[in-house]
Amino acid sequence: MDLINPDTPGGKILLMVLAIILFVVVMGAILLAVDRPKRVPGWVIGLAFAGPAVLMIAGGLIYPAILTIIKSFQNRTSTEFVGMDNYITAFTESQFQIVLRNTVLWVILVPLVATVFGLVYAVLVDRTKFEKAAKGLVFLPMAISMVGASIIWKFVYEYKPVQGNIQQTGLLNQFIVWLGGEPQHFLVNEPWNTFFLIVVMIWIQAGFAMTVLSASIKAIPDDIIEAAKLDGLKGWGMFRYIQVPSVRPALVVVITTVMLATLKAFDIVRTMTGGQFNTSIVANEFYTQSFRQNDQGLGSALAVILFLVVIPVIIYNIRQMKKSEEVR
Amino acid sequence: MTSTPTPTGAAAPELTKRQQRRNEKLAERAADAKTKLSSPWASGVAILIAILWTVPSFGLLVTSFRPQQDISNSGWWTIFSDFQLTTANYEEALSRGLGDGFLNSFVLTIPAALIPISIALLAAYAFAWVDFPGRNFLFVAVFALQVVPLQVALVPLQQIYLAVGIQGSFWSVWLSHSIFALPLAIFLLHNFMKDIPPALVEAARVDGAGHVKIFFQVLLPLLVPAIASFAIFQFLWVWNDLLVGLTFASPENRPLTVAIAELAGTRGGAWYLLSAGAFISMIVPVIVFLSLQRYFVRGLLAGSVKG
Repeated sequence: MDLINPDTPGGKILLMVLAIILFVVVMGAILLAVDRPKRVPGWVIGLAFAGPAVLMIAGGLIYPAILTIIKSFQNRTSTEFVGMDNYITAFTESQFQIVLRNTVLWVILVPLVATVFGLVYAVLVDRTKFEKAAKGLVFLPMAISMVGASIIWKFVYEYKPVQGNIQQTGLLNQFIVWLGGEPQHFLVNEPWNTFFLIVVMIWIQAGFAMTVLSASIKAIPDDIIEAAKLDGLKGWGMFRYIQVPSVRPALVVVITTVMLATLKAFDIVRTMTGGQFNTSIVANEFYTQSFRQNDQGLGSALAVILFLVVIPVIIYNIRQMKKSEEVR
Repeated sequence: MTSTPTPTGAAAPELTKRQQRRNEKLAERAADAKTKLSSPWASGVAILIAILWTVPSFGLLVTSFRPQQDISNSGWWTIFSDFQLTTANYEEALSRGLGDGFLNSFVLTIPAALIPISIALLAAYAFAWVDFPGRNFLFVAVFALQVVPLQVALVPLQQIYLAVGIQGSFWSVWLSHSIFALPLAIFLLHNFMKDIPPALVEAARVDGAGHVKIFFQVLLPLLVPAIASFAIFQFLWVWNDLLVGLTFASPENRPLTVAIAELAGTRGGAWYLLSAGAFISMIVPVIVFLSLQRYFVRGLLAGSVKG
């Protein structure tokens, strides 16, 4: 049997089982070796336990990342250095400026709108009879793939030209027709098509925001709520002056997490428009340049740009971690 | 306990119990006080959001069971006046390669969930309970790496796989998912481990237990909930992944997501195939999600999601 590329279903499953057994045997051997001698120095134990992980991260993440940074200063086939050319292209050519503009729109709008929807919904259904079911409905999109979500929404946006007896099959256009309007080509008409793609990511991420925020709303101490009630706060006042400030740390976590997820994701753009009609974003353009246009220099530069945008967030995260460790 | 969803680890079960008690109390109070949903505006907004989040999926689900002819001629809402259902779309989607994609997704997902969790558990143990030089530096480095975009590693990794001769095979996808999952897995599991009382570990040490024994007999049983929540996470993440599958899996090994994304690109108007295909790809994650929702939510609250 071919152990690299099995071609029958049975072979594939067998290979999977073999891979798992191989993995268990190797890990078992390492542990057994560490456990044998009586007095083992700390670094040997550390190496045995953390070694495989550190090795994989160093070889599979850090080393390739360094290569990518080098490639970003080279030409399309990585044969000679071209200085900053790829970055200049990425920031000055109008095609890529649109990509950057779209990315900024995604990274700002998705976290903000998803968080607002999540927060409002969490507060509205909090402690109602149907809380569980209501939250499940909004949370479910988190479980499906972005590809699945893209197909769901592509169908909502489906467009049929107005001629003869053709009926709309996309829900949104049918609504427009019912209201007496002209059906729209949602995914083609610029610049609005980018916003219609952003809607899909918001739809996916709002459930995450809602879950985290709902948990932290429930963690607001009773006495604070009681005191606010005695002061006559309710409804909007309670939301504005008590609930929102109390969940502020959670809001920050949600917004940064969604922002990171949005920055790196390309599934929606690729599945719904393929980046055509000026809807591309950096994550998608990276894929297009690296694997479609075979321009490794430009593709690498785009990957590095993604990385640079993430760095402030890493620093912020490390600070937060240090702070929370001090609290412990 | 702050209201931040920072990893709470062993304190979590306690917290939920406390929350439950508090919720009961609050529910009593809410009964006589004015509930928020009593305002018609608030209920209206809540219902509107619920509809916006449900109807798109429902529409596609209905479509996937409609005859091909009907799908292209009328909207799915006409089903309420002209009721006709068929499973032909699913049969055709499965015979057009989505069945293979389904099997590939399974073969890709199970090792890609098991391997990183095991390796991360061992590493988390080292970072939490073994004293070795460079420990703190390595841990902060691992923490920082969890937000690094996968994109920066893809092209060189592909070349490495090509040189080793595993590009396109399951091995390359298993390996990539394992590598990419490690930073977050180590970080989360480390936090859970840190919350286990040191006295337990000390007692075992006094009894003469070595590291391996402590790891398997003292810590592992206490970590089952954390492992479960991360396993579900990783399972959903790998099953739903597009980027890694697209980059590393050859056409005969591609997962369901890639197969469906390709279908959407080449046969964008073939809604009878696309709708059925989308739901075939959703069945497994939705079952996992609905049956293990509790663990999944706890995993979410224990840190953050991956992007």
